[in-house]
Amino acid sequence: MKAGLAKTQNSLVGRVDSLLRGRTVIDDEVIEDLEEILITADLGMQTTMQLISALEKRRGRGQLDTPDQLRNALKEELEAMLQLDSKSFDVDGKGAPYVIIVVGVNGVGKTTTIGKLANQLTRQGKKVVLGAGDTFRAAAAEQLSIWGERTGVDVIRHQEGADPGAVAFDAAKAAVARQADVLILDTAGRLHTKVNLMEELKKLRRILEREIPGAPHQTLLVLDATTGQNALNQAKLFNEAVDIDGIALTKLDGTAKGGIVVAIAAELKLPVRFVGVGEQIDDLRPFDASMFVEALFEK
Amino acid sequence: MFDNLSEKLDSVFKKLRGHGRLTEQHVKETMREIRLVLLEADVNFRVVKDFVKRVGERAIGQDVLKSLTPGQQVIKIVREELASLMGEGEDNSLNVAARPPVPIMLCGLQGAGKTTTCGKLAMKLRRDKRTPLLVPADIYRPAAIEQLKTLGRQLDIEVYDSQADQDPVDICTKAKAYAELNGFDTIILDTAGRLHIDTELMQELQRIASSVAPQEILFVADAMTGQDAVNVAASFDEQLPLTGVVLTKLDGDARGGAALSIRAVTGKPIKLIGMGEKLDALEQFHPDRMAQRILGMGDVLSLIEKAQHAVEADEAADMEERLRKDGFTLETFLEQMQMIKKMGSMESLLKMIPGAGKALKQAGGMQLPEEELKKVEAIIRSMTQKERSDHRILNGSRRLRIANGSGTRVQDVNQLLKRFTEAQKMMKKMQKMGPKGLKGMLGRGGQLPF
Ligand SMILES: Nc1nc2c(ncn2[C@@H]2O[C@H](COP(=O)(O)OP(=O)(O)OP(=O)(O)O)[C@@H](O)[C@H]2O)c(=O)[nH]1
Ligand SMILES: Nc1nc2c(ncn2[C@@H]2O[C@H](COP(=O)(O)OP(=O)(O)OP(=O)(O)O)[C@@H](O)[C@H]2O)c(=O)[nH]1
Ligand SMILES: [Mg+2]
Ligand SMILES: [Mg+2]
Repeated sequence: MKAGLAKTQNSLVGRVDSLLRGRTVIDDEVIEDLEEILITADLGMQTTMQLISALEKRRGRGQLDTPDQLRNALKEELEAMLQLDSKSFDVDGKGAPYVIIVVGVNGVGKTTTIGKLANQLTRQGKKVVLGAGDTFRAAAAEQLSIWGERTGVDVIRHQEGADPGAVAFDAAKAAVARQADVLILDTAGRLHTKVNLMEELKKLRRILEREIPGAPHQTLLVLDATTGQNALNQAKLFNEAVDIDGIALTKLDGTAKGGIVVAIAAELKLPVRFVGVGEQIDDLRPFDASMFVEALFEK
Repeated sequence: MFDNLSEKLDSVFKKLRGHGRLTEQHVKETMREIRLVLLEADVNFRVVKDFVKRVGERAIGQDVLKSLTPGQQVIKIVREELASLMGEGEDNSLNVAARPPVPIMLCGLQGAGKTTTCGKLAMKLRRDKRTPLLVPADIYRPAAIEQLKTLGRQLDIEVYDSQADQDPVDICTKAKAYAELNGFDTIILDTAGRLHIDTELMQELQRIASSVAPQEILFVADAMTGQDAVNVAASFDEQLPLTGVVLTKLDGDARGGAALSIRAVTGKPIKLIGMGEKLDALEQFHPDRMAQRILGMGDVLSLIEKAQHAVEADEAADMEERLRKDGFTLETFLEQMQMIKKMGSMESLLKMIPGAGKALKQAGGMQLPEEELKKVEAIIRSMTQKERSDHRILNGSRRLRIANGSGTRVQDVNQLLKRFTEAQKMMKKMQKMGPKGLKGMLGRGGQLPF
């Protein structure tokens, strides 16, 4: 009971309440504290200012005089930013196999997310094939192969240092031949600023496109929740290069909030589809805007 | 959002330049801008608050008011404070002077770059005439041991033969004994990534630390880390006797405010930085350069070093000579692009130069992927010598001829010429910057005019 209470005190409700305790009006100090909460959750200055000014507007209209109103207004504004209409993630749709390519900067959790995703899909009765498109990092293919063993899924791999394009090609061929429902291609981590590596990604996309009509059906960008403002640059440049369809936000089991995805949603309209909450096979969840917003305000 | 960091600072400069003397109001305004710049660079909210307060107080002080150029004075103070906070002037070298085998332990969050840094460290130590043994102590992450073994093979450096069913503490103590017996003078312990709030795994690190008594316990952190850097670093520092920090992935465009945050909460020196995935991409940490980077002032020194690395010295010298003789022409433009391709992304490099962010934006981005470069090359190769040295004579019919000759469209030719004239303007702008101009500065080392 007490633990439960402590938990609510740390939640959005709790924190906003404690901001407002003993106050009858919402004054500048409250707004300032709110600013701190938003910035320390990595929302970024621009988005924070945008939110604050939206709240100020409401306050000006006399719609923001009580704690309840502030709380609701905040939730409304944030959830509105995060709820995006977007291309669905529906592996049953067209495309046999449905092709997913997973991209992102180094060490964010691409390979692990693929392992978790393969697990979810096989549990749904789908036949999945994985392509070890990271031929650069030491033992990247071994890592993916272990995930393949864990999930009972075939992994198409080449030697270290091989052409990732050849892996994409073989993986596509194999997925078709084995009548897989889903093909997931892992790619090497790369910084969005490296032009030649981004070109390589475009090439992988083209190869998939050529081998399987309509592919890739889903280009998933993996972002690390611990990342700060740079994640916006990552999203921008990866989106420019390979048209991102959705985001997987990993490592939300730590203390970082991943608030930058609010800025990304606001600016680039890219939806978060999955969140990673651990290193184990089951630690992947569908994104829930309302829960995410709650967690933004947890201490 | 990021490009305008340096632009914002430029406007701060401008505002300050406009006034002769600093009043409290000026300082307040400036500090507001500095605060914004730091927050956008991911420096932690609290750290920024303290910093701005302290610098503001110093700025209002006597010495600044008496100065004839208070604006520059404030900027100087900000930079100095940042650099000194990050350890300017302090010894941040790796401490391996102890009875061998000297254990170095790396720890940090998942995916920070520990294993890669272990490989880089081993390479660096070997260069320093030491004989390191790499020790994989990550039994959790799939293929983590194999990853380090692969790196060892690439480097031809021995890797202790750990197995995933062993206990990490056991691995480390046995590896130390093995090193002692076999004449290794340093052991590099690669531990699994873990969350600072994972009590069990943090205790494992404590057990390793107490059983092998590492000479260095390095906290490896990703330069792209946001506001949470303070929580993670403070927590690792509380639970382990950290001796230093390695900041990875600084080869990207992250401002790296986490450097300041981590330093502020741990007080531990940043010893090394990761500048790429390759095993030779480990460098010394320079507090002043980091301060400039955080402020968005451009890391010109690193740029020079990078240029030196990528372009043969005589190639660059030759280029400089021709530039002096012929000026910036389409021919030199092409050659420069080819050189820059070698250095990786032009845009990310140029962003390191103060003011270049703005110029780039005006030029509509300068990214030249492979195919684009080929096109440019074809177009320029289809021009006569005269046309190459003076683009102004390129009228409509000449452009059509060139398009046909290069298998491109007239629009492509036009676009290239537009790019070229923008670049020319940018060059002029850059040359005007600084006391002797950027060209002079870079030219000193016989390097690229960019
Ligand atoms: N705590 C936590 N750790 C995670 C999560 N997702 C991945 N990781 C860990 O993060 C580290 C990096 O994960 P990988 O899947 O190898 O990342 P990657 O993006 O494939 O890395 P590269 O291929 O090297 O670019 C591993 O230690 C994973 O176990 C998550 O949701 N929570
Ligand atoms: N661009 C760049 N990539 C780096 C750098 N250092 C490491 N990496 C990459 O970051 C990713 C993660 O590196 P690892 O060395 O596996 O990280 P780790 O901390 O050992 O990861 P875990 O053991 O899973 O916690 C890999 O793709 C590395 O190649 C760096 O300085 N720059
Ligand atoms: Mg991977
Ligand atoms: Mg590792």
